[in-house]
Amino acid sequence: MTVGSQRAAVLGVGQTKYDTTYPGSMAGMLREAATNALEMSALGWDDIDAVIMGKAPDFFEGVMMPEVYLAEALGCVGKPIMRVHTAGSVGGSTACVATSMIQSGLHERVLTIGWEKQSESNAMWALSLPQPFATSVNAGAGGYFSPIIRRYMMMTQAPELIGCMVALKDRRHALANPYAHLHQPDLTFEQVVESPMLWDPIRYSETCPSSDGACALVLGSETVAEAHVGPVAWIKGTAMRSESGSFGGRNMVSPAASEACANDVFTQAGIHDRRKEIDAVEMYVPFSWYEPMWLESLGFAEKGEGWRMVESGATSIDGGDLPVNCSGGVLSSNPIGASGMIRFGEAALQVMGLAGDHQVDGAKTAVGHAYGGAAQYYAMWVVGSEK
Amino acid sequence: MRDVAVVAFAQRQEPRIDTESEVEFMVPLMNKAKDAVGLTQQEIGFTCSGSSDFLAGQAFSFVMTIDGTGPVPPISESHVEQDGAWALYEAWVKLQCGEVDTALVYSYGKSSPGSLRDVLATQMDPYYVAPLWPDAFAIEAMAARLLLERGVVSEQQLAEIASRSRAHAASNPHAIRTTPKSAAEILAEDYAVAPLRPSDLPASADGGAVVVLAAGDRARGLCERPAWIRGIDHRSDAHTLGVRDLTRSMSARIAAEKAGVGTDRIDIAELHAPFSTSEAVLSTALGLGDDTVINPSGGAQAAHTMMASGLIRIGEAAQRISRGEADRAVATAASGPCLQQNLVAVLEGE
Amino acid sequence: MADEVLRAPLVLEYPFTRTTGAVIGAFLTGLREGVVLGVRRSDGSVMCPPLEYDPITSESLSELVPVSTTGTVETWTWNGAPRPQQPFSRPFAWAMITLDGADTPLLHGVLVDGPDQMRTGMRVELEWRPQREGHITDIAGFLPATESASGSPGAVPAGVEEVRSVRTPIRMEYTYTPGRALSQYLRAMKDRRILGDQCPETGQVFVPPRGVSSIAGKATLPDLVELPDTGYIESFNITRVPIKMRPDLTPPYVSAWIVLDGASVGFMGLGMNVEPEDVRVGMRVRAVWKPDDELEMSAQNILGWEPTGEPDEVIDDYSRVGRPQDAGGS
Repeated sequence: MTVGSQRAAVLGVGQTKYDTTYPGSMAGMLREAATNALEMSALGWDDIDAVIMGKAPDFFEGVMMPEVYLAEALGCVGKPIMRVHTAGSVGGSTACVATSMIQSGLHERVLTIGWEKQSESNAMWALSLPQPFATSVNAGAGGYFSPIIRRYMMMTQAPELIGCMVALKDRRHALANPYAHLHQPDLTFEQVVESPMLWDPIRYSETCPSSDGACALVLGSETVAEAHVGPVAWIKGTAMRSESGSFGGRNMVSPAASEACANDVFTQAGIHDRRKEIDAVEMYVPFSWYEPMWLESLGFAEKGEGWRMVESGATSIDGGDLPVNCSGGVLSSNPIGASGMIRFGEAALQVMGLAGDHQVDGAKTAVGHAYGGAAQYYAMWVVGSEK
Repeated sequence: MRDVAVVAFAQRQEPRIDTESEVEFMVPLMNKAKDAVGLTQQEIGFTCSGSSDFLAGQAFSFVMTIDGTGPVPPISESHVEQDGAWALYEAWVKLQCGEVDTALVYSYGKSSPGSLRDVLATQMDPYYVAPLWPDAFAIEAMAARLLLERGVVSEQQLAEIASRSRAHAASNPHAIRTTPKSAAEILAEDYAVAPLRPSDLPASADGGAVVVLAAGDRARGLCERPAWIRGIDHRSDAHTLGVRDLTRSMSARIAAEKAGVGTDRIDIAELHAPFSTSEAVLSTALGLGDDTVINPSGGAQAAHTMMASGLIRIGEAAQRISRGEADRAVATAASGPCLQQNLVAVLEGE
Repeated sequence: MADEVLRAPLVLEYPFTRTTGAVIGAFLTGLREGVVLGVRRSDGSVMCPPLEYDPITSESLSELVPVSTTGTVETWTWNGAPRPQQPFSRPFAWAMITLDGADTPLLHGVLVDGPDQMRTGMRVELEWRPQREGHITDIAGFLPATESASGSPGAVPAGVEEVRSVRTPIRMEYTYTPGRALSQYLRAMKDRRILGDQCPETGQVFVPPRGVSSIAGKATLPDLVELPDTGYIESFNITRVPIKMRPDLTPPYVSAWIVLDGASVGFMGLGMNVEPEDVRVGMRVRAVWKPDDELEMSAQNILGWEPTGEPDEVIDDYSRVGRPQDAGGS
C-alpha cells in the first residue's frame, strides 16, 4: 500500500441465486444480496456509511439512473450513494471505487453492489439498439469476440477443443456453487462439443447464459476488520485500465490495457511469480476461449502457452495448481452488471475460507478480474488472508 | 485529507449542438483544460467521467467519448452514470488515496435529441410512477405549489430569483437565457406548468465540461491560484415523493454541514438549481445569507446541460476563485426529482 | 459544406416485464380486484402505494391495509398538453392524493375541465378502469368526489391469483444526428464514395470516420481521404443461428473485419457471394453496392463484401489488427 492509503478488507459477500428471472422486485433482489453480505459481516444497515452501486446499461431494465429509485431501499436516506458504469467490467470497477472510499480514510464501512435484472427486457435487444445510418450484422457479443478467438487459435495452433474443455470445467465447478445459474450435472464433453455452433468457432455450450442477479460486498477499514469476529479478505491491490477499442496495430488478443492492469495490481500486491503465489483466480470468461487468452495476458502462462495450461488440467479445482473460476465463472452465471463483482467477491470468499464446496484448500491469495467493452476496460483486485 | 484543487476548467453550452457528435465537441474542451496546465493525457493520474445512456438513446454511450482522451497507451479511468460532479467526487477520493496527483474529470449531455421531460420520467418508481409518464417539470411544479401554499417562498421571490439569474447570465458567454427581465415582467408571464412560469424553468442546453484536479504542491505548480476543495460531501433523500418534505432539502443540509459550509463566510454560491424553487430551497438548506452572491454565472436556469450542470457549478465557482473574484465559494450538484440527491463542495483560494 | 444537418428518427421501445415480489404484487392484485392497499410502517402510519422497505428505517414491510378510494389533494399542477401514455388524452391535472386511511400521497391524474377547478385540499374519488389486469393504470384516474362518495376500504383480496409480474412498456423518441465526420462520410456514400479521416499525429486512417483520433486525443484532420472499396478480411465470425431481430439474415452468414486499402483499422461487414467454409483470414474483398438508384446517405448502401479472387494478404502478427503506419495501399 502507498503512503496515505489506508488498508481495506472484505467483511462480507452476499449473492442471490442467479437465474434467468429473479422472481421478486428489483429492490428485493438487491436487498437479498445486501442482507446476505451484511449478515456475513455482522453489521446492520445503520452501520453502513455509503453505498456504491454498479450496473451495465440502464436499457436492460428500462430505469434511468436506478440509484435514484433504489436509494431508499438501500438505506441511503441521509447517506451517500453513487453509481458506476464501465460496461462489462463494471462489477469490478465498482468494487475498486468502493475500496478507494475506505483507502482514502473517508469511510469505515461501505456497501457495494453490482446487479442486473436483464429478464425485464432482452439482453440481445439492449446490446444492439438500432443506430440510424449504420449497418449492423447483429452478431452480438459472441460475434464480436469470435474473430478475436479465431486469431488466437491461428496464432497458437491450439487444438480445436480447448474451448470445450474450459466450458466443461466451469460447468463442473458450478455444481459446487449453489448460487450459480447453470447447474448441469449430466453435461459431458461430447455434449459440449456437439452443441450447436453459434458464432463459429464458439458453440452454444461455450457461451455464458443471460442471468438476473446481484452480488454485494461489505468493505471495512483496518479498524473495522480487526474488530470483526471471523475471517476477512485483505485487499492487497486494485487497478483499472482502459484503452481505445479500435486503432491500427492494436493487440486484440492480449490488449495493452489488460497487461497494464495486471502489472499494476500484481506490483501493488507484491506478487513476483504469479502462477506460484496465486492460489485461485476468478477471471471474466464469458466465452470459453477467453480462459487461455487471459491466462497469457495476465501473465499466468507464457504467450502462446495458455491453452497448454488448460489442456493439462492446471486450472481445474480437481488437482490443478491454479484453479480458475471455481464458482463456475461467467460461463455459468452472467448478470452483466454483477458479474465483475461476483468475480471479486468469489476471490474474497476463497481467502476467507468461505467458498464452501468450491473452496480451494488453503487458499491465501486470490485474484478477481473483470473486463468489458471491446475488450478495452479492465478492473482487477488481489485479496489475501493476511494483511 | 490531502489538499486537492481545481486547476483548470473548460465548458461549452449551446441550445443545440447538431453538427458535432459528443466526442467531437468534447475533445477541444479536454485539450483546452489539459493545455491550460500543460499536462498530457499520459501524465494525468486518473480520469473519470459522467454521462447518461438514456439521455443519449444509446447503450454504452460513454465508450465513444473515452477515445477523446487519447487512451493509447492505456489510462486509469472510470465512469459514473451521473452528473460529472460525482465523477469529480470519485476522482477527489482517488487523489485522497495518495497514489496519483492529478485527475481529469469530464461530463456532457445532449438534451436536444430527445424529450428531456419524458426521459426523466424513466427515473421514477418503475411500478407506480413511471408508467404514468409524469414529466419532470410537472413533478417540480407540484413541489413548487407546496412551497408557495405553505408560505416557504412567494411568487414574488421566485420571480426575483429568475430575474437575477437572467441579469447574471448576461455577462456569461456560455449562458443561454440572457435577456434581462424584471421580476414584474416575469410575474406577468403565463404559467408554463402552474405555478412555474417559463422563466422559472431551466434553459435546456447541449454541451459539456472538463475539470482538472491536482493535489498539494502539484496544484501550486500547475496554476497560479488553485481553487482548493476544502470540503465535499453528497447525500440522498428518499425517492418516494410522498414520504419527503419537499419544502426543504435534508440531503443538501447534511452535505453542506459535512462539507463545512457554515464555518466561514461564503462569497459566492453556484447552486445547481434548475428551477427558481430549487434555488429557494437550496439557499435555505445551505444557510446562505444576504452577503453571498448566488449564481453569478446565471446558474442552471440560464443554461442547463443535463449530466454536466453540477460539474459546471463547481467549475464556475473555481474559476472565480482562480481569477481572484472570490475567496470562498460553495458549489452544488443535484440528481433525481426535486433535489433528491445533493453534492456540496466548498472551495477556497489559498 | 452548407448542407442541411443530417437527422434520423431513433425510436427505442420495449415491453419491459417486471416481476413484482410480494408487496408490489399484492398492491397490483388489489387494483385488479378493485381494492387499494397500503402498507403499515413501524410507527403505525400507512404508506400508499405500499413499498417493500421503509424508506426511512430500511425495515421490511409486509402488513397490507386496505385504504379508501376517496382522498384529498395535497398538491397539483395542470397538464395542458397531455403526452402519449399519460392517464388522460385531454388536459388534466397531475396531483398527489392522500387516500383516506393512508398517511402518504400517491401520484395520479385528476380529470377536470380546467385548472380553476383544482385546489389543494379538494376531495377526489378514484375511477376504476373497467378491464383491469394488475397495473397502476387499473386506476384510470380521479374525479372530484361526489357528495355521496364514501369509498370505504375494501378487504385484502384472498383466494385470488396473485399478480407476479407487470408489463410497463417504454417508448422513447430521439432525433439522431451523426456528427461532423460521419455526416461527410454519409453524404459521400450517396455518390458511392468511401471516406475516412486521419489522425493528425500518426496519419492513421479510420473508416468510418470518427472525428477524433483515439491515439492522439485530438480532432482528426478536417480533410477526409477517399478510399477504394477494396480491402481484406482480417478475421471473421460465422453466425450459425437465426437472429430474431434480423429475419433478413439467413444463417450461416459471415460477419468480417474488413480493412480497406488505405485504412489503418477495420470495421464489421457482411460476407457475400462466398460460402462460409471458403472465407479465409487475409482474403481480399470488394464492396457489393446497392443499385445506383437506391443509393442513400447511409452505410447500408454497401450490401456486403465479396471475394475479388486476388491472392490473400499476408498477415504475420495474428495478435494485432489493422495497419499501424500510414497506409499507402495494399
